Amino acid sequence: MIRLPLVLFLSAALFSTGVYGVLARRNAVLVLMSIELMLNAVNINLVAFGAALHDLTGQVFALFVITVAAAEVGIGLAIVILIYRNRATINVDEVNLLKW
Amino acid sequence: MVAAESTEALGRAIADPNSFLTNAWLIAFLPAMSALLTLFLGKRTPGKGSVYGIAAVGASFVLSLGVLWTFVGGERGFYEASMPWFQIGQLHLEVGVYVDGLTAVMVVVVTSISLCVHIYSLGYMKGDVRFTWFYTVLSLFTSAMLVVVLANNLFQLLVGWEVMGVCSYLLIGHWWEDHVNSSSAIKAFITTRVGDVPFMFGIFVLISITGFTTSNIPAISDVVSHGGASVALVSAAALLLFGGTIGKSAQFPLHVWLPDAMAGPTPVSALIHAATMVAAGVYLVGRLFFVFTDADPVVLQIVGVVGGITMLGAALMAFVQDDIKRVLAYSTISQLAYMVAGMSMGPAGRTGAFFHLFTHAFFKALLFLGSGVVIHAVHTNNMSEMGGLRSRMPITFWTFLIGSLALAGVPPLAGFWSKDELLVVANEGGHDVMFVVLLLTALLTAFYMTRAVLMTFFGEFRGHGEPHEGPRTMTGVLVALATVTVFVGLLGAPQLGAPFGTWVFFHEIEEALFVPWIAVASTLAALLGIAIGYRLYNTYRERDPIRSLGPAYTVLTNKYYLDDLYWKGIVRPVRDDLSARVYWNDRRIIDGVVNGAASFTKTLGNGVNWFDEKVIDGAVNGLANLAGFTGGLLRYIQSGNVQRYAVFLFAGVVVLAVIFTKI
Repeated sequence: MIRLPLVLFLSAALFSTGVYGVLARRNAVLVLMSIELMLNAVNINLVAFGAALHDLTGQVFALFVITVAAAEVGIGLAIVILIYRNRATINVDEVNLLKW
Repeated sequence: MVAAESTEALGRAIADPNSFLTNAWLIAFLPAMSALLTLFLGKRTPGKGSVYGIAAVGASFVLSLGVLWTFVGGERGFYEASMPWFQIGQLHLEVGVYVDGLTAVMVVVVTSISLCVHIYSLGYMKGDVRFTWFYTVLSLFTSAMLVVVLANNLFQLLVGWEVMGVCSYLLIGHWWEDHVNSSSAIKAFITTRVGDVPFMFGIFVLISITGFTTSNIPAISDVVSHGGASVALVSAAALLLFGGTIGKSAQFPLHVWLPDAMAGPTPVSALIHAATMVAAGVYLVGRLFFVFTDADPVVLQIVGVVGGITMLGAALMAFVQDDIKRVLAYSTISQLAYMVAGMSMGPAGRTGAFFHLFTHAFFKALLFLGSGVVIHAVHTNNMSEMGGLRSRMPITFWTFLIGSLALAGVPPLAGFWSKDELLVVANEGGHDVMFVVLLLTALLTAFYMTRAVLMTFFGEFRGHGEPHEGPRTMTGVLVALATVTVFVGLLGAPQLGAPFGTWVFFHEIEEALFVPWIAVASTLAALLGIAIGYRLYNTYRERDPIRSLGPAYTVLTNKYYLDDLYWKGIVRPVRDDLSARVYWNDRRIIDGVVNGAASFTKTLGNGVNWFDEKVIDGAVNGLANLAGFTGGLLRYIQSGNVQRYAVFLFAGVVVLAVIFTKI
């Protein structure tokens, strides 16, 4: 049995890496991947607390998150492809038309 | 109708008025219409518009004769008809006619003289610059006088009275290119105005007697004769009304306008001095005689004194005139004073006064029109430049002579009978002073008329050119008037029953008396005047014999200094000082207040505008600007950079997390 705090540390490290990736990477695909990292960090948290508390809700929730993450990645990659087709770049800094 | 109640005061209403009476309003209406027609169509009509006036006045004359015929036939009542005009509060004003014997006589006088003047002017005014305009005003003038004569109420009378004032102004100033003429017109207008103001107040007093309900003359008569008003009030009304008579009938001290009114064309002088205008003043006293009889006796004494002063004063001034029209003008003033003096002697005098007005109208019109022919021929008004016209203008000479003899009072011409009647009344009524004054004036009248006739028609011709008889329209009128002058006096002859006295009387018919010694005295006075005149002026002298009067002559030529007094005492102070002050007052104070109010409003408006622009608009715009400014600040957040949004998102989550964990 792995101790809960260690798992939470892993989860926190993963989440922080994701946050960093979302905020700092310029490549849109990497940003999407960082979001996956964050979602999976949450999944680890859910599963870990579910195991620790003997409650299946956490695992069920994790399944839902995986489903939503798949959908999210599908839509996200489609957007990235369309951006690339239109602007020949996937640098998120250059995708800034939606502004004042 | 009001008339039914006032039978006691004014006789009875005529039960079945004939069509002349029911159509009496046309007498005044037709000349008014002709004035309008002449004004608008005159210049496009053959004869330049004179036809309208002559036709209308002619028709009025025929109607007037019809009206008079009713009273000649023995009618003693009156006819009244009116319709409402307008109403102010309790005061009902009406337009209407009131016809009795007096009215009938007056309308005949006015229309006949006016007709003569209309026809005569065809010749006299031929080729005049404003020929059509002249006829317009002539017709309007006649109409206004007829309105006064026919009026059944004071308000209508006042309207006609004032219209007449305006018309006299227009006619006297007909040749306004000459400054003297326009000044004379203004003088006539303003001087009569001075009398009109008390006259108007007199009317107000009479209306107030009725409790401000009507200005109807029979109604007022009813109130007054039933003692509905205090003697003091009635006396005040009588005196105020007499003020109007003093102005219009040129009595002392407002007689000064009349000699200057000679500046107008001669036919106008004839019309003003014989039938209209000046007669209106006398007519007014006669029509409202009940006011004078019911007033304090002192009122009639004042009337008599004014008449007496005017009579003698004017006759004396006629002595020294060289202008033939001015001689006649002063004679008119003097003869009007005769009528006024007659009125002052009570009901019997009223009949005599009106008989004198009646006869005077004809012979004075004759004299004026005759002098017009002379002036037309010799192109001057000055008798010193005439002379010897007897053979050159025989018709004018003979008619003028008849007129002069009538005015002098030589029997059996018109003037003799009317003067005799007044003398008899003065004697009967015990007015001894008045009797002497009347007799003396008769003497003076005979004298100055002899002087005028001798200077004009006898001796050698002293003027320039070759004078000749006037055109037939003019001489024809003279002959007609001379004929009337010869016979009209017989209407008042006691030997023939004095039918005039049965037409014009007050309350009851006065019996006309013939006192032989008075007739002889008045004839002697006239003959004496003529004799003195003949003695002095039989041969023309370069130096007028009247100059030997010395200082008196100077006083008379200066018109008793009355004109100078008015000029220095009233006209100049008013014109130069008062009007300057009023002008200053107008410019500085009235205009100042008005302009000040304007500029204050403008300043206030500017202030309000500033407030609107700066404060109200400022608040609105300020809010918008504030929103814009903050929006401008906030828009920097909206960078379009997804990662920056994400930073804010996470920052927010961190903040929330911190807050919630603290709790």
